[in-house]
Amino acid sequence: MSKVIKIKKGLNISMLGTAEKIIKKADQAEFYAVKPADFQGIRPKMVVKVGDRVKAGTPLFYDKFQPEVQFTSPVSGEVTDINRGERRAILEVVVKADANIEYEKFDIGDLNSLTKEQIVETLQKSGLWPTIRQRPYSTIANPNDDPKAIFISAFDSAPLAPDMDYIVKDCESCFQKGIDVLSKLTKGKIHLNINADYPAAETFTNAKGVEINKFTGPHPAGNVGVQINKIDPINKGDIIWYTYPQEIITIGRLFEKGIYDATKIISLSGSEILNPKYFKIINGASIKNIVANNVDDGELRYIGGNVLTGTKIAKDGFVGYYDNQVTVIPEGNYHEFFGWATPGFKKHSASRAVFSWLIPGRKYKLDTNFHGGNRAYVLTGEYEKVFPMDIYPVQLIKSILVEDIDKMEQLGIYEVDEEDFALCEYVCTSKTEVQSIIRTGLDLMRKEMS
Amino acid sequence: MKSLRRYIDKIKPHFEKGGKFAKLESTFEAFESFLFVSNKVTTKGTHIRDANDMKRTMIVVVIALIPTVLFGMWNAGFQHYLATGQEGTMLELFWMGFLKIFPIIVVSYVVGLGIEFAFAQYRGHEVNEGFLVSGMLIPLVLPVDVPLWMVAVATAFAVVIGKEVFGGTGMNILNPALTARAFLFFAYPSYMSGNSVWTHGMMSGEGIIDSFTGATPLAEAAAGNISNLPSVAEMFIGTIPGSIGETSTLAILIGAAILLITGIGSARIMISTVVGGLVMGLILNIFAINPFMEVPAWEHLMLGGFAFGAVFMATDPVSASQTPKGKIIYGFLIGFMAILIRVINPAYPEGVMLAILLMNVFAPLIDHYVIEGNIKKRLKRAKVNA
Repeated sequence: MSKVIKIKKGLNISMLGTAEKIIKKADQAEFYAVKPADFQGIRPKMVVKVGDRVKAGTPLFYDKFQPEVQFTSPVSGEVTDINRGERRAILEVVVKADANIEYEKFDIGDLNSLTKEQIVETLQKSGLWPTIRQRPYSTIANPNDDPKAIFISAFDSAPLAPDMDYIVKDCESCFQKGIDVLSKLTKGKIHLNINADYPAAETFTNAKGVEINKFTGPHPAGNVGVQINKIDPINKGDIIWYTYPQEIITIGRLFEKGIYDATKIISLSGSEILNPKYFKIINGASIKNIVANNVDDGELRYIGGNVLTGTKIAKDGFVGYYDNQVTVIPEGNYHEFFGWATPGFKKHSASRAVFSWLIPGRKYKLDTNFHGGNRAYVLTGEYEKVFPMDIYPVQLIKSILVEDIDKMEQLGIYEVDEEDFALCEYVCTSKTEVQSIIRTGLDLMRKEMS
Repeated sequence: MKSLRRYIDKIKPHFEKGGKFAKLESTFEAFESFLFVSNKVTTKGTHIRDANDMKRTMIVVVIALIPTVLFGMWNAGFQHYLATGQEGTMLELFWMGFLKIFPIIVVSYVVGLGIEFAFAQYRGHEVNEGFLVSGMLIPLVLPVDVPLWMVAVATAFAVVIGKEVFGGTGMNILNPALTARAFLFFAYPSYMSGNSVWTHGMMSGEGIIDSFTGATPLAEAAAGNISNLPSVAEMFIGTIPGSIGETSTLAILIGAAILLITGIGSARIMISTVVGGLVMGLILNIFAINPFMEVPAWEHLMLGGFAFGAVFMATDPVSASQTPKGKIIYGFLIGFMAILIRVINPAYPEGVMLAILLMNVFAPLIDHYVIEGNIKKRLKRAKVNA
């Protein structure tokens, strides 16, 4: 039943600044935002304008391609800004929060008697439908599809990732409620994938209606794409839905209390944080309060998410919809004299040409420097060492670069997401921008197939 | 270093677009990035990047080649003193070899890098580091008395036809150093083969003592003179005639260790090449029609350029197969074909260069079939689950 799946390929990057296991309830932030860029493939259409008053759960914008999917405000207050970028693309919809949050009420009824359509409608109206995404393409799930399974990755193996078992400790009933909601959405199995290396939270182990799978091994063992590849791989035409523990808990709360309660716990970590720990915030909060007086001097990179797949945000930027952590590391905009020739005892590398491997067990302070120029592919075999799926990564990338649709399909484009290639991008000696190539390929494929 | 950095920042605008020396932008960038790693930071994708880069990778290979270079210099002197019946100290022998070999290295680098710099500027790219290794490999596969003008022409041929026309570093089909060697072999065969080219001064014939033939052990074996073969110790340490870098199996093994410990060289290719050579050697031992076929399979590893080719040439990642499975097939076939060509081909005793160039051409085909296997597996999985 629960066999342990060993992930042999990958890389754990040991970084300084692990968050201490203390959860602090953060002071309510002044501003909150929902960022359309968090969601793959949507075209946002505004519902509100600057100055409008909203409650938690009031729609801010919807997706032009799936108009029933509403993106709602996490707090009540006044819409203060709609920040736009190039070509008037909406970057952030900012809400100034009230001191006391007011919630929209959603009609939930008795879960056992609800149909799939009613559940979908409630999730779409409340702003929680985007918590359910699909593979291929990692876009928001289409409720008309019939997924062959739902996958939940219950642990995060990325560098400095928060401990999900710690976060979900006291939320057993909400989590189970969320699982019950999900089980109404698919005829297939719900796979709950936990880490085999340490005892999982009872919230997970006691969950009913799920098939528990255990994984062990280095990052990216926690990536849902890797887990899907090992348990129930995606073939052409298959669809799998996936989501994560905190999102399931929020769904559970919706069907328990009838409101969009967007509280979640994130970790604030990284070498530049003076007191790294966990914070209880409301989704979309500005990080200004929690990083103020908590960071080292110097130029810093604030990242919503982890150092491999996260988004760069300003020091008063906003936590992303799907983010479970904020990482702060130093910027690397300095010149290093003969940097490529130094033994590199303090630098991290997957290669043994940098001598830090001689001192095992060390934690690294890593910055954003490129450490070299962009080149054509020369070394081979590097990606294969950190890519655990039975897909040839470099050949897939090359087929995307030449836009060979058939080859992309044959080589497994449906099974991957950028995050699965994040380690490949990290170890690449040619400094290739791998993740953006994969995203281009996925978008190309989605357009071809629609 | 701060003052150096300030100076570079001050003169940098002259080398950028609109500046006085804008035509030298690639050259300036090459020297700047040699002295200082760029301050460029990540913008999209991963926020952190591995500390290893192309420059570091190439320098490790150059360092791995240094034992063979140093030994080659000493051996050139040793062979010359042996041929003229003289005695000399270790330093005298080394110095003689140094004076002959250092100019070859200089010509190789100057011509090669000069052409690469020109192409990079023309294309508006940064100068690639690929030639840092090829520039050291080319001298090591040539005989010690090769005229310098030939080195220049061969290097130019290898860089232009063997690499740049395909798009530069990372795009070439053939191994650039072997392309240079093959060019000289076919264009000036009398300077590249025979018994008199391997020892300095033999071609001019002055002062050579009568008993010195100058034949490499491989040539002796090919002629059937098994009794003239040097001892195993001599073949292993490398006090034998041959190309500058190929004689010392010991020095090559030190280089192999450097490449393997740092993980830069492919163990797969090195090992499968050796295995392929041993397999063919054993097959020939079984048939044993002539004395050359009787040479024990493991001795072939020390003869000629086999060890050098297996460690430094076959492992060139760009011209080799790129899939892990493909590398094993590729390496095996190199070793297999090298010994076959060596023993069966009457015209020329050395088969390693030709075997590697042949497999360079076949490497994409090997990869193609490995990938096809993966594609078929995926399709079958889709059918089974449909």
